[in-house]
Amino acid sequence: MFTFVVRRIFSLFLVLLVAVTASFCLLRLAPGNPFTQGERAMTPEQLNAEERKYDLDGSLFSQWARYIGVQRKNSKENVRDVRQETISEKSGGREVSQGTRELGEFSGLLQGDFQPCLKYKDRTVRELIVQTIPVSATLGALALLLATVVGVTLGSLAALKKDKLADAGTMFFALFAVSLPTFVVGPALILVFALWLRWLPVGGWNGASSIVLPAITLAGPFIAYISRLTRTSMLEVLGQDFVRTARAKGLAEKRVIYRHALKVAILPVVSFVGPLAANLVTGSLVVESVFSLPGMGGFFVNSVLNRDVFLCCGTVVIYCTLLVLLNLVVDVAYKFLDPRITLDE
Amino acid sequence: MSSPATHPGALRRLLKNPKAIAALAVLGLIILLAIAGPWVFPYAPETTSSATLSPPSSEHWFGTDLNGRDLFSRVLQGARVSLIVGMCGALVSFLIGTAYGLVSGYVGGRTDNVMMRLVEVLHSVPRLIIIIVAIFTFAPRLEGFLHVHWPEMKGYAKVLLIILSLGLIEWLSMARIVRGQVLTLKEQQFVLAARALGQSHVRILLRHILPNLIGVVVVYLTLTIPAVILDESFLSFLGLGISDPQASWGSLLSDGKNAINPIRSYWWLLVFPATAMSLTLLSLNFLGDALRDALDPRARR
Repeated sequence: MFTFVVRRIFSLFLVLLVAVTASFCLLRLAPGNPFTQGERAMTPEQLNAEERKYDLDGSLFSQWARYIGVQRKNSKENVRDVRQETISEKSGGREVSQGTRELGEFSGLLQGDFQPCLKYKDRTVRELIVQTIPVSATLGALALLLATVVGVTLGSLAALKKDKLADAGTMFFALFAVSLPTFVVGPALILVFALWLRWLPVGGWNGASSIVLPAITLAGPFIAYISRLTRTSMLEVLGQDFVRTARAKGLAEKRVIYRHALKVAILPVVSFVGPLAANLVTGSLVVESVFSLPGMGGFFVNSVLNRDVFLCCGTVVIYCTLLVLLNLVVDVAYKFLDPRITLDE
Repeated sequence: MSSPATHPGALRRLLKNPKAIAALAVLGLIILLAIAGPWVFPYAPETTSSATLSPPSSEHWFGTDLNGRDLFSRVLQGARVSLIVGMCGALVSFLIGTAYGLVSGYVGGRTDNVMMRLVEVLHSVPRLIIIIVAIFTFAPRLEGFLHVHWPEMKGYAKVLLIILSLGLIEWLSMARIVRGQVLTLKEQQFVLAARALGQSHVRILLRHILPNLIGVVVVYLTLTIPAVILDESFLSFLGLGISDPQASWGSLLSDGKNAINPIRSYWWLLVFPATAMSLTLLSLNFLGDALRDALDPRARR
């Protein structure tokens, strides 16, 4: 168990490194750059100065190394000089030598520095993440809870009433929920519950009542997945010997289902919920934008659109960490739910 | 060896399933309308009129939009684009995924290891990054290419771009599934026999292994089409998808949700495209389910 957890934590760093490297390189290689504001084009000199200021000059490898923190950054004094020189050059000043690059300190991800935002210049990536993650996490956790509880209940119900109306109804609903995009469900719910019935607020982030609609919207498709998954796995488990034994012992049907069958039938659901949780917690862009919530999803998408490498990679770090940690929790939970499983190979 | 031989009775089982019949009927109707629509109905989807934002009536069945365009015609035009994007995108992902999975599983060993690690790397990067980067990277090249080599297709550059980009990210799961199947298939007697007879690797792959994969692949393909249609609608939501005057269900929906506001809600702009899209996705998902039941009788209970 212990070696397993240690190995997983080690693999976390590997996954992080790979994901951050891939995202960083993709965004830097894509056409466009984070510095262009609006329609106004930049001169190559201006662009160069900006890139130098944020350590995005030089080869891709060197940019990456400085971002990760395995290579020294440009000296900040030197950077300031370059900017002043460009200004004085504009005012008809002296010739500028841009060839030299003095080296500053190590300050990258390894040192815990997430860098400033490139688009919102007065903010750092760390600030933005710290500010937005409570919103996304609350919403995600609530949606996850809703999806799991409702999904497992519906799925078990469908399995128990197999081939009856309840089964067909639940499965039809499940397919229906998967077939509707979130940005249709969201406005539709707003239309009915906020505008016509006036039970709940249209959007925004104030008070418990404002989370209800977003959480339902976000949970919808996952309720569907989980209920289908539960149904299949429950049907399989109900055919197994230990369930027959439990019934033969004369246990009440309720007890057979909830204490014996569900414990095993829920395993595939648990392994589905792990990766899903990371997705939900880091925020769904659509739901956040439909309900105008200040969450992380919107910043992530904008960072990709703006080629804001630092903000984008910052969110990727959070996402991957959550993904690996939640998978770890899932694997450990497996062990407790099904003692036949051993974690150490 | 052909596919009916590997899945005896699959078609018969499929046609006995009322869910499958209903799904096929709905899909057939939508496809027929999408193809015939532009010739049958009186309004061209691009024609604007002074009747802006008018509710559904006998004249405009689905109402009109902000520019006075007939929504029914727009939805049919959207059907064409969305269905083409869905099918072609799924086809691209099928071609890449199957080829990748076949090679990875069949060659095995170190090659397999490297190829599957690559799939995992691509899985670990949020897919939105890959889609957006692909769109921005391909856009100028594709337009340049079409300009020089295929000028008639220039109006469809955006559609092609989205098909390519979505196909390029949807193949990952397909590759994994195919590889898993190939790993078990290649150890089986008939493959050994073919090899003992001295058949070439390519022939073994194409004549013996591929036909046995068809069941799994077809099911997964049916489920990839709705996934791609949803992806496209998400891109339209971000403003990266099909743009005016062309329409897809995604772009119509994203226009429609902007028309929902506390003062007046133009519900028809949201309801009709949403119905068309979810009916299609629902039928495709039903069909996928029914196909799985038909091709794998053991999974049926």
